[in-house]
Amino acid sequence: MHPVKFAFAALAATATLVAQGVAADAIMIRNATVHTMTEDGVLENTDVFVSGNVIREIGQDLPVPADIRVFDAEGRPLTPGLWAGVGAIGTVEVSAVEESSDAAEQSLDMRPEFDVSTAYNPNSSLVPIARVEGHTFTLLGASGGGTIINGSGRVVALDGGYTSFYGDPVLFIDLGGYASSKSGGSRAGQWMLLKQAFDEAELKSGDDGDGVLTRAGRAALKRLGDGGKVVFGVNRASDILQALAFAKRRNLDAIISGGAEAWLVADRLASAGVPVMLDPLQNLPSSFDSLGSRLDNAALLHAAGVTVIVDEAGSHNARKLRQMAGNAAANGLDHEAALAALTINPAKAFGVDSQFGTIEEGKRADLVLWTGDPLEVTSVAERVIVNGKLDSMKSRQTELRDRYLVEDPAMPRAYVK
Amino acid sequence: MKPINTLMTALGLLALGAHAAEAPFPSTYEPLPSQPTLITNATILTGTGERLENASILLDGGEIAWVGSGDAPANAVTIDANGGWVTPGIIDVHSHLGVYPSPGVSSHADGNEMTNPATPNVWAEHSIWPQDPGFSRALAAGVTSLQILPGSGNLIGGRGVTVKNVYSTSYQGMKFPGAPHGMKMACGENPKRVYGQKGRQPMTRMGNVASYREEWIAAQAYLESWTEYEQKVADGDEEAKAPKRDLKLETLAGALKGDILVNMHCYRADEMLTILDLADEFGYKVTTFHHGVEAYKIADELAEAGVCGALWADWWGFKMEAYDGIQENIALVDRPEGSCAIVHSDSSEGIQRLNQEAAKAMTHGRRAGLEITEEHAISWLTSNAANSLGIGDRTGTLEPGKMADVVLWNGTPFSVYAKAEKVFIDGALLYDRENPALQPVSDFELGQLQEVN
Repeated sequence: MHPVKFAFAALAATATLVAQGVAADAIMIRNATVHTMTEDGVLENTDVFVSGNVIREIGQDLPVPADIRVFDAEGRPLTPGLWAGVGAIGTVEVSAVEESSDAAEQSLDMRPEFDVSTAYNPNSSLVPIARVEGHTFTLLGASGGGTIINGSGRVVALDGGYTSFYGDPVLFIDLGGYASSKSGGSRAGQWMLLKQAFDEAELKSGDDGDGVLTRAGRAALKRLGDGGKVVFGVNRASDILQALAFAKRRNLDAIISGGAEAWLVADRLASAGVPVMLDPLQNLPSSFDSLGSRLDNAALLHAAGVTVIVDEAGSHNARKLRQMAGNAAANGLDHEAALAALTINPAKAFGVDSQFGTIEEGKRADLVLWTGDPLEVTSVAERVIVNGKLDSMKSRQTELRDRYLVEDPAMPRAYVK
Repeated sequence: MKPINTLMTALGLLALGAHAAEAPFPSTYEPLPSQPTLITNATILTGTGERLENASILLDGGEIAWVGSGDAPANAVTIDANGGWVTPGIIDVHSHLGVYPSPGVSSHADGNEMTNPATPNVWAEHSIWPQDPGFSRALAAGVTSLQILPGSGNLIGGRGVTVKNVYSTSYQGMKFPGAPHGMKMACGENPKRVYGQKGRQPMTRMGNVASYREEWIAAQAYLESWTEYEQKVADGDEEAKAPKRDLKLETLAGALKGDILVNMHCYRADEMLTILDLADEFGYKVTTFHHGVEAYKIADELAEAGVCGALWADWWGFKMEAYDGIQENIALVDRPEGSCAIVHSDSSEGIQRLNQEAAKAMTHGRRAGLEITEEHAISWLTSNAANSLGIGDRTGTLEPGKMADVVLWNGTPFSVYAKAEKVFIDGALLYDRENPALQPVSDFELGQLQEVN
């Protein structure tokens, strides 16, 4: 079941390790195919040495300090910890159970001051369920349901920390056919209200403006909008161009989310340097905003020079992102570009690439050793290292599995644990 | 399982006169023209648990002539699979294509008649929009037959219909000839939420069960009145008066007789066991539990009762009753002797990747130490699915005499890189990845996004 050879000398000579500058829980991964996601590309038969939460050394035939854990990858792939998409891992437990779901602020319009990261709970069952599948960081999304400006979220590491936040807050704006309920039923009303909100944020205190935003909202939007990262949820080509123009006028660092028709305006996205987060499986005209949906959207965007990020697997099933990237690869996207869409591309887009997304010396050690091609549905994460620590590979779901794998237990299964 | 809806035929004959001997809304499906086709040099998964290497298969006259090796007629088209794989056509037992089509606008939302918790009188086929672009995407993924069901807002949602995945101006032109109707029922959160919010029964799970029992009691009485009447007619009583037809009870009586197959949407293990007792109380059979996120907890009971589990590979957590989902569900349901595990979609995206869903389920089963071969796992989306729809004697395996519903893949279908290259329905090549002329486009998509030139 676990072909990786695991050697661990129980009597770790801590004093010796410390003398060598090596942490007691150091890990050596030998003979891996290392997908660095940097200019170094893919390194064959390479060792990666992890000590004290960081990747200490990458190379061939590295000396192995005594008394540390060593895994022989036997050529299998090693990647950076994967992105888990924009979502609600840690801000939702059961979607339909209202009191366990904190990703959206739905009662009020346009609340840029809504900061979803304050609701983050690292003890959610979703955190280890994503982690054992190799996902080590996510962007907490603020979802609105017609509010246009939904609020902000942050990147969080799925390492169990209560405050493992990285990068600046990211503002979420939703536009298009599904976001028109609170803007008079027209997407023109959305752009009108959005402009008013951003104008209001610039007003001096004492000037009430049109009252689109609260005072706290004005302050928040001024802070977040000042060259900040803004995710525009749009699908239709014409809406994407509106978003690009708005972002340019307001000096926003835009990221397109959805982008079903992004391939139609790929050149404009490329020249604006705006990344696209998309669902590579979307090939149906699910709405009039996405008539141009097609399976090679990711491939066409990449070919045009647009940074592609795979997203929209949802929070509970974030592990599907790998399959989605694999399908992008099956439909023309270069294999390493598909991997980049799960690693370095989101890390860069959200300003956390000094922590996540590559395998480099000196970097935070979030690593995944795979049983095979990480984009393949028959591969799984064999070992996951998060912030330098070897994960237990246990989750609520693996515990349920192990309980029900037992055949004909003598006692009720409540005693099988 | 009986392929013909005998109760409906009988009721139609007796209640409506001899001219109406046929069930209403009959299938007008005709296989499209085909040529004898010989596929050579393929890895063939038969759907019966066999795997043949470097093998051939002949499709002739819309049927499978032979599998393995044999003679081909002189006019046969020969396709060198060049190491590709051949499987039976993929069958999805749980689809809402046509009743919740793309685009998903409210004008198209025709899958849930949530005006009464029991609507066995409604038929999903009367909601099908045959121009749903989703049919073409499913075809490109190797889907040759599917059951289209009403939604799960009601305790009894209505009749489902099994269709061939062909474009037609009518659903009648898609209807799988002779396939029995399904009847959709639902456990748990959905019906109690929908009607509880309206302040009426059912508001709770106990309300759900009470409502089912009330419906079945009425159905038993109805069936009895018809049986008595038929007996009188058979005895030569020319004065015998036919009971008044009731569309709701007609469907339920069909389910009691086994002519209509009961498809039960149910997540929790304890609720599925309640439903099995309910079926015993009223003497009907549950053909398939759909979704069954906790089916792995009662795999032995399901196998013993001969009930299929139509399941997802990894969906979970979207509601409370889906909280205990695990990726080994399908493999664990498959484990006992006599089991019937099915990979289903319930999704216009998922139906395009049932092979990938099966691959994930197989992989997680193997990781848990269960032995699962590809030639076995393919049954989850072919033969087991066909059997659960009552069409297992016609399609779902590659055996001589069966409908030539066949997929040629570019390699193993158990891969994210797998693509259906050619898809045959009743021997007719209806999808060819290499030939745009054989890639159907629905009316809705025709002419969209025109460029100026």
